[in-house]
Amino acid sequence: MSRNSSADIQKVEKNTAPTLPEQTYPGPVYTPAVDIFESDDRISLLADIPGVKAKDLKIDLRENVLTLSAHVAAPEMPGESNVLCEYAAGTYFRQFNVSEVIDQAKIDAKLTDGVLRLELPKLERAKPRQITVKSS
Amino acid sequence: MLLRRVWPSRPAFENPFTDFDQIRREMLRVLDAVAGTDGAREFTSGVFPPMNVTQDDNNFYIRAEVPGIKTADLAVTALRNRVSIAGKREIREENDKHSYHRKERAGGEFNRTVTLPSDVATDKVEARYTDGVLTLTLPKAEEAKPRQIAVSA
Repeated sequence: MSRNSSADIQKVEKNTAPTLPEQTYPGPVYTPAVDIFESDDRISLLADIPGVKAKDLKIDLRENVLTLSAHVAAPEMPGESNVLCEYAAGTYFRQFNVSEVIDQAKIDAKLTDGVLRLELPKLERAKPRQITVKSS
Repeated sequence: MLLRRVWPSRPAFENPFTDFDQIRREMLRVLDAVAGTDGAREFTSGVFPPMNVTQDDNNFYIRAEVPGIKTADLAVTALRNRVSIAGKREIREENDKHSYHRKERAGGEFNRTVTLPSDVATDKVEARYTDGVLTLTLPKAEEAKPRQIAVSA
């Protein structure tokens, strides 16, 4: 099944989500859409976070909880007045339980055109091993 | 027409439904103010991409959140006071060795046209794509800019 077919793109509203503990920034908090997939040696995560600059993105993994948070400042200059307003800039925040054992030192993050690609390599001992069954 | 009498100060647009839309927006704004939820209202567009339009004295600015698109796949056209943004967002499938846990990002084609309140100088429109946000700067046409009128005694 491909999602690249010529079908029109589906509109997905930015989901606001309450976070605990509260953010120090005022303003809305959004849950970014993510794709997560796993192969034998790694877990990869893609997240749509338009407007985020690399320096504002925080990725944190501790005690099996992966935290993504990014603050987006409103791009409007003073003196601009709204004509039409359909989205607001705010903070992206999302947490995941990562049950696999991740090699913290080898985590790799790339941010291109508002899409974050996070590669989380598994530790050697967490990789699946093929077990051959001997018949007696 | 009844609408004109109810809303006399609104400028006349070519499309009568714009008036309904204006009234709806105005009512929502009033309701928000009464409920004390001003600013916390849900933003919505109903179509992709969501866009914000702002203006200052000289320009209109259109900002749209379109993450993960190649600039070659974006087409922006402007004619008088209409601006169209079209494009295609491709989500590359990973190979068979991956198993998906979540698939929330959507791909596909989009095409959206907005009508601005006044004409723009289409030959001076600038488009930039940074961090997944498309920003258009549309200078207003000379005849659409406000003019200072000197008052003589």
